[in-house]
Amino acid sequence: MDKIPILRMGPFLLVTIQVDLYDRLALNLESDLVQKVHQTGARGVLIDISAVSIVDSFMGRILGNIASMTRVLDAETVVVGMQPAVAITLIELGLSLKGVHTALDVERGMALLQEKLDWDTDVADDDGDNIE
Amino acid sequence: MVITLSKDRMSISREQDLVPFRNRVKEAAVKIGMGIVNQTKLITAASELVRNMFRYAGGGEVLIEVVSKGRESGVRLTFTDKGPGIADLSLAMQDGYSTGKSLGLGLPGAKRLVNEFDLKSTVGQGTTVTILKWKNG
Ligand SMILES: Nc1ncnc2c1ncn2[C@@H]1O[C@H](COP(=O)(O)OP(=O)(O)O)[C@@H](O)[C@H]1O
Ligand SMILES: [Mg+2]
Repeated sequence: MDKIPILRMGPFLLVTIQVDLYDRLALNLESDLVQKVHQTGARGVLIDISAVSIVDSFMGRILGNIASMTRVLDAETVVVGMQPAVAITLIELGLSLKGVHTALDVERGMALLQEKLDWDTDVADDDGDNIE
Repeated sequence: MVITLSKDRMSISREQDLVPFRNRVKEAAVKIGMGIVNQTKLITAASELVRNMFRYAGGGEVLIEVVSKGRESGVRLTFTDKGPGIADLSLAMQDGYSTGKSLGLGLPGAKRLVNEFDLKSTVGQGTTVTILKWKNG
């Protein structure tokens, strides 16, 4: 069975989707990613879809599922690199990708995840007894 | 009047047919010089309909036609299956309605993405969906 590689980059996981996914591959990615977040304790997931030319409601649902499942495991998901034609089509299709963060490219997606992580750490610090 | 310039048939029986099918639709769209946004809308609508055919009717056949009307050219797709049919068409066309526990956006979303959309279904006999996307539509 084909698999989409999941790379670890510090506290984050990076997935680059290189081909138009058939359904089984997309479902495998969903379960692999959730397992990997659980195993590694990753705090964020970046999914690069810049090579993907079609996102239909099935694929959209998978992206939404990944985002909500990883959130339960305390990791945010950012989808990066969506082609403009895909974004226009998704809106007309009626898919809102609620709960899925998006960013223009991997660099900005990474910055977004880092920001969220820093913010979390700050909040955690404030809970402590150290006085400013 | 709409004239058919070329015809191509493809039968769909397995999940693995979906990607090659999308490629065939893309070829037809590229052949008439359809822009990337309309191509993406057409292929996404086609992907929804072919998945329905595969999922609810166990497969079927798609007719891929390049058509013209005056100076305009387009791609017409006809999805025919011999599945269970759809009892209530207006319900099936509602956003969010699904008997498959999915998003319920396939039929209504596909309709929004194309220029012409026609759904016919007879319970116990099957379903036919025809969509048409004009090059500049
Ligand atoms: N080819 C078909 N044969 C039988 N029923 C169908 C077919 N296509 C769609 N349907 C019915 O219409 C409903 C709505 O379809 P759709 O809008 O694609 O949403 P979804 O696939 O997410 O359920 C389906 O849940 C199914 O009950
Ligand atoms: Mg559907």
